[in-house]
Amino acid sequence: MARSPAVSASKTKKAPVGATATKDELLGYYRDMLMIRRFEERAGQLYGMGLIGGFCHLYIGQEAIAVGVQAIKKAGDQVITGYRDHGHMLACGMDPREVMAELTGRAGGSSKGKGGSMHMFSTTADFYGGHGIVGAQVSLGTGLALANKYKANGNVCFAYFGDGAANQGQVYESFNMAELWSLPVVYVIENNQYAMGTSIERSSAETHLYKRGASFLIPGEEVDGMDVVAVRDAAGRAAEHARSGKGPYILEMKTYRYRGHSMSDPAKYRTREEVDQVRKTRDPIDHLQELLEKNGWADDAALKAIDADVKRIVADAAEFARTSPEPDPSELYTDVYLEAAQ
Amino acid sequence: MTDILMPALSPTMEEGTLAKWFVKAGDTVRSGDVIAEIETDKATMEVEAVDEGVIEAILIPEGSEEVKVNTPIARLVGQAPVVPAPAPPPVPVVAPEPVNLAPAPSILVAIRPELPADVKMVKITVRDALRDAMAEEMRRDDAVFLMGEEVAQYQGAYKVSRDLLQEFGDRRVIDTPITEHGFAGLGVGAAMAGLKPIIEFMTFNFAMQAIDHIINSAAKTLYMSGGQIRCSVVFRGPNGAAARVGAQHSQDYSAWYAQIPGLKVIAPYDAADAKGLLKAAIRDPNPVVFLEHEMLYGTEFEIPADVDWVVPIGKAKVRRVGKDVTITAHSRMVGLALKAADDLAAQGIDAEVIDLRTLRPLDHETIVESVKKTNRLVTAEEGWGPMGVGAEVVARVLEHAFDYLDAPPTRVCQEDVPMPYAANLELLSLPSVEKIVLAAKAVCYR
Repeated sequence: MARSPAVSASKTKKAPVGATATKDELLGYYRDMLMIRRFEERAGQLYGMGLIGGFCHLYIGQEAIAVGVQAIKKAGDQVITGYRDHGHMLACGMDPREVMAELTGRAGGSSKGKGGSMHMFSTTADFYGGHGIVGAQVSLGTGLALANKYKANGNVCFAYFGDGAANQGQVYESFNMAELWSLPVVYVIENNQYAMGTSIERSSAETHLYKRGASFLIPGEEVDGMDVVAVRDAAGRAAEHARSGKGPYILEMKTYRYRGHSMSDPAKYRTREEVDQVRKTRDPIDHLQELLEKNGWADDAALKAIDADVKRIVADAAEFARTSPEPDPSELYTDVYLEAAQ
Repeated sequence: MTDILMPALSPTMEEGTLAKWFVKAGDTVRSGDVIAEIETDKATMEVEAVDEGVIEAILIPEGSEEVKVNTPIARLVGQAPVVPAPAPPPVPVVAPEPVNLAPAPSILVAIRPELPADVKMVKITVRDALRDAMAEEMRRDDAVFLMGEEVAQYQGAYKVSRDLLQEFGDRRVIDTPITEHGFAGLGVGAAMAGLKPIIEFMTFNFAMQAIDHIINSAAKTLYMSGGQIRCSVVFRGPNGAAARVGAQHSQDYSAWYAQIPGLKVIAPYDAADAKGLLKAAIRDPNPVVFLEHEMLYGTEFEIPADVDWVVPIGKAKVRRVGKDVTITAHSRMVGLALKAADDLAAQGIDAEVIDLRTLRPLDHETIVESVKKTNRLVTAEEGWGPMGVGAEVVARVLEHAFDYLDAPPTRVCQEDVPMPYAANLELLSLPSVEKIVLAAKAVCYR
């Protein structure tokens, strides 16, 4: 079987400022990233009020990744991720109302309140979850890619996972089969430096995660995950590779989460200064705003209109999530089995 | 002078075909020389000489079928071995079969009222019934495919997927690396995308590596997604104790999977159920765990021919009608229960044998109806007793027919120890016809 002759794990340079994106595109990314940030801030607030239960993992700081990848997705391409999933769902186009109402466990939630923060899905948005077992989405996403190849539909699956999941065994079982069978899957590793409270240096013998496919001959790239244009362009290259039948591709997105692992994280494993430093110097939304300004595209009225629109949508979603009724008790026993066709 | 014996090529082999001799009388053989080729329904293997010497006589000519394990097939003389050693048989002798696994001799009640009276019945092994079920469903629906270790080129570790690669090609019959956790996850993901994978585990012991995807990914996602994500997938393979393979390769997982809402769990006994229920499982829109039994693969049963034979999931079958005691069983234990019923009949006890067939959903109505008639219950299973299938059957009977019981129900199961290797201990640890007979007599106060 023909194989790419060599492992091309390589770092890529940051995309030249504004070189590959138009004003409208950048404004669109700005809106989508801001939506995620404001949504997550509000989710944190609702959690504090006791309206959201259990675990709640916020995506703040990582917004450029889901939005940048979404920009090059084609119709029918699937997305699957772990439990830090709100941002991906919003980027995929799920209604903020149904996402927020799922967080509050209400009937109006995307899973009728039966999934919760970590388990949300949307077949119409080609979003396949929302998986609570660390690393499970890597095998499942590779299976979605297997289905794409089986059906010859030309689609690619984007399987996201973190630096923590990158140490799970099934990730490598999946890498092996994906390359062996040339499956159209892009592995997007969101390296936010901490697997819960364990830094990547403390958990990983090889901290350059884009090299993790090397022994399977899967090409990998390190990408500045705080730069939405760099993310988008790298995702485009990776998707093209996968879509053209060359098999999987790994993108290591260097990023950072501002909040704790979950809402109940005391964050003793890193300093306040470290977090502040990233916020000040690498924030993906600030970075995008600078990009707009440098190009003379930071139309004050337009940005203000976006801010206002996003605030309104998030407030509406929160209100919906607060007032949507709890699921009817009759839902307890629905969706356990599908009826077999006669 | 040494006899060369018909070797066992696997722990469960009882007989085989002596396909070819590579030596003839008068030839000198050395240790390691390939002297013959043996075929079973599972495999073709070469036989190597253990001792050195001259072949004095070929005792079983090539082409002979049904040659029993340990039958002398050739005689070796002369030339003392270089290293004097006791001459063991080429391969350890298989464990004595604890029970008669021949086709069930017992009374088959009118179980197939839906079949036309003139339906043709044919004899077929459970192995081929399973194979035919997969082949028929793959012909019927392009979304159905088979994935697992050695399912394609090797034709199945137990030859259950024989000829499927030849008919359907490598797009639909996929050899995986040894990577249960990974390929179970791939299968579930493919099912989420609308395909209908059949995931073969070489045995369910190895599915322990994959149980996270079976339970957390396959069984729960429909519920967690509020009904959006379908997962029509069959996990199948041999389950339970084979013979002399020790603790890690001999375990009945019935109770493990049967506890999980979102899964359907099937454990057939005969070929007709194996085929009909596997076809139903493949068509079912839910994840199904399909537990086969290696010891039954080679057993022949009658099965309806030339019909689209689909057996509904969730219905138990009364295999033998009786009035004195109800015996429930599934998978291989059904054969033991039927044999026990024959022995009990000789002692004046008329046992009713119920084949559970499906463990989830469990058809307790059929069991309860039977106990209301017999007033006594014995459960037989190959798994451990605590928290087991029998425990569940007893609980359901207590809930629904408490006042009908004339004696405390009794469970026959694997002894509460890991499976021993030693032949005598293995036999002691497993449920047996005798144990079922004793239990039935006890609940009848006999």
